[in-house]
Amino acid sequence: MTPAAGDRQAATAAAGHGAAPLLDISELAVRFGPVRAVDGVSLRLPPGPGGLGLVGESGSGKTTIGRAALRLVRTSAGVVRFDAKDIAGLRGKALQDYRRAAQIVFQDPDGVLDPRMRIGATIAEALVAHRMAGRRAAAEQARALLAEVGLDPAFAARYPHQLSGGQRQRVSIARALSVRPRLLVLDEPTSALDVRAQAAILALVGRLRAQRNLAYLLITHNLAIVSELCEQTAVLYLGRVAESGPTGALLGRPAHPYTRALRSAVPELGGATTARMVLPGDPPDAANPPPGCVFHPRCPLAVDRCLTEVPVLREVAAGRLAACHRAEEVLATSSASPGPAPASTAEGSPPGPTAAAPPA
Amino acid sequence: MRLAITGLQVSFGTRRVVDVDELHVGAAEIVGLAGESGSGKSMTTLAVLGLAHTVGATVRGSITLDGTELTSLSQRELREVRGRRIAAIFQSPATAFSPVFRVGSVVHRTLRLHGMSKSEATEAASRAMRQVLLSPGLLDRYPSQLSGGQLQRVAIAIALALRAEVLLADEPTSALDVTVQAEVLGVLRELRDRDGMSVLFISHDLAVVAELCDRVAIMRDGRIVEQGPAARVLSAPADAYTADLLAAVPVISAEAGP
Repeated sequence: MTPAAGDRQAATAAAGHGAAPLLDISELAVRFGPVRAVDGVSLRLPPGPGGLGLVGESGSGKTTIGRAALRLVRTSAGVVRFDAKDIAGLRGKALQDYRRAAQIVFQDPDGVLDPRMRIGATIAEALVAHRMAGRRAAAEQARALLAEVGLDPAFAARYPHQLSGGQRQRVSIARALSVRPRLLVLDEPTSALDVRAQAAILALVGRLRAQRNLAYLLITHNLAIVSELCEQTAVLYLGRVAESGPTGALLGRPAHPYTRALRSAVPELGGATTARMVLPGDPPDAANPPPGCVFHPRCPLAVDRCLTEVPVLREVAAGRLAACHRAEEVLATSSASPGPAPASTAEGSPPGPTAAAPPA
Repeated sequence: MRLAITGLQVSFGTRRVVDVDELHVGAAEIVGLAGESGSGKSMTTLAVLGLAHTVGATVRGSITLDGTELTSLSQRELREVRGRRIAAIFQSPATAFSPVFRVGSVVHRTLRLHGMSKSEATEAASRAMRQVLLSPGLLDRYPSQLSGGQLQRVAIAIALALRAEVLLADEPTSALDVTVQAEVLGVLRELRDRDGMSVLFISHDLAVVAELCDRVAIMRDGRIVEQGPAARVLSAPADAYTADLLAAVPVISAEAGP
């Protein structure tokens, strides 16, 4: 356990049993010119199997956090540690090892699959590049990987255009898995797929996480997906964590008005059940965020304090963090599901990833 | 029936991509046309707009609007119907607005093209903007200064200002954030309830269809496999494919995750 982790609150103990995190993001900030894409985000993901969901709308910073976790964007502040090592300081062999151990699956598999390369060669390429296998052995492993992701090994001889979108996404997962990563960043892995293909990919991720002992960051705008695949979820708004906690409890009883609004805006089969809480306006400009709480211009519960004072992300219930001055009231009045969610998740579930509070 | 599609066949050469026996949209009714990619939803839209030939498809069968047969109209007559009596909005509203013109000038020109005087157009545009819950002041801005949800509502406002009888909405909220989607769906509901507009709502998202539509038709490989009241089809599907689709929709559970 790193010294920094010791600062952190009961949230860790409740869900993490003090396990040293695999990925530890601390006070991360990423700026693109005047735009604060990520503005002081701390998150933790223990070793697998387990998933941390990053949920938010366009411009919330969820994709940028995923990129920063893989050292694919320049950060302007904060530290990302993988296996307790600051990834910004990795060089040479250590960097190569990290590049192998942390893989990403994108929304659009076509960005990963070269249209002129056969599927088998695409998968084998990663193995050869990381010197994990010779050409012949790599080709053999590629076929085994195809089987593992539920495809016919004979697909190794095909080209990407001969596969459906769902099949191509399986190939990109096989390629990511080929180098035996410990961390996967899944960036909207099913958003471009039809609903049946999406369900199949989600089921595949669920199966692989156990078999492969995978830890993953799952980036999505779809609350139902984190509900199926992530122990812990962080809801992001304008580059900051609005709320985080065990997924079931967070979706069942939101502690932040934005989570509540997001939850109530999601259409569900079975029709409109609860009264919809419609947010006025659009998310504000990240280059010019509003003073006080960044959510206050759209928040139905905003009071004077919210216009001036930035709410700190703090523990508002066991394992639950929220950045809202009125979180206790929100939590008390969020009685969407009287089910056993909050109590059972704290005790019953295996050690899951946590969204960490920033060290005060 | 406002819009009635009967025996519609759309083909590329010998390959038939749409084969719809019957699909109706009544006054003040929202009908969902749902299915996966390649099921023929969007080709059906193009056929109704009389634009299928522009992508090389041939159309057979009957499409009537308030009893007028659209398939036998000349392109010139169709232009009167398209836009004015049958409006359409698409997934990406930005494609409907030229980036170099103010939003208002695009709206204005469309209304003028369909026969309004200058003052009528100005007045109708402002009124329609308020009906979709936007400030008429936004008309002075450029498309890049509006959000996707706002632009989609301006596109709907054009249909309103022209008093279109039928709105074809092809995945109008698929590119929008969920909180913004909620606003657009609210506006569509208002159009139906207040203005009696008929909407053919094309979507791959069954949860959105469940929430918005009065009736739904499920499409697969160009055919409608099942249609009926949305509440019935989506809770007790009669067709195995519909049941498959429904089973694949992920649901939010308040229980612990995986």
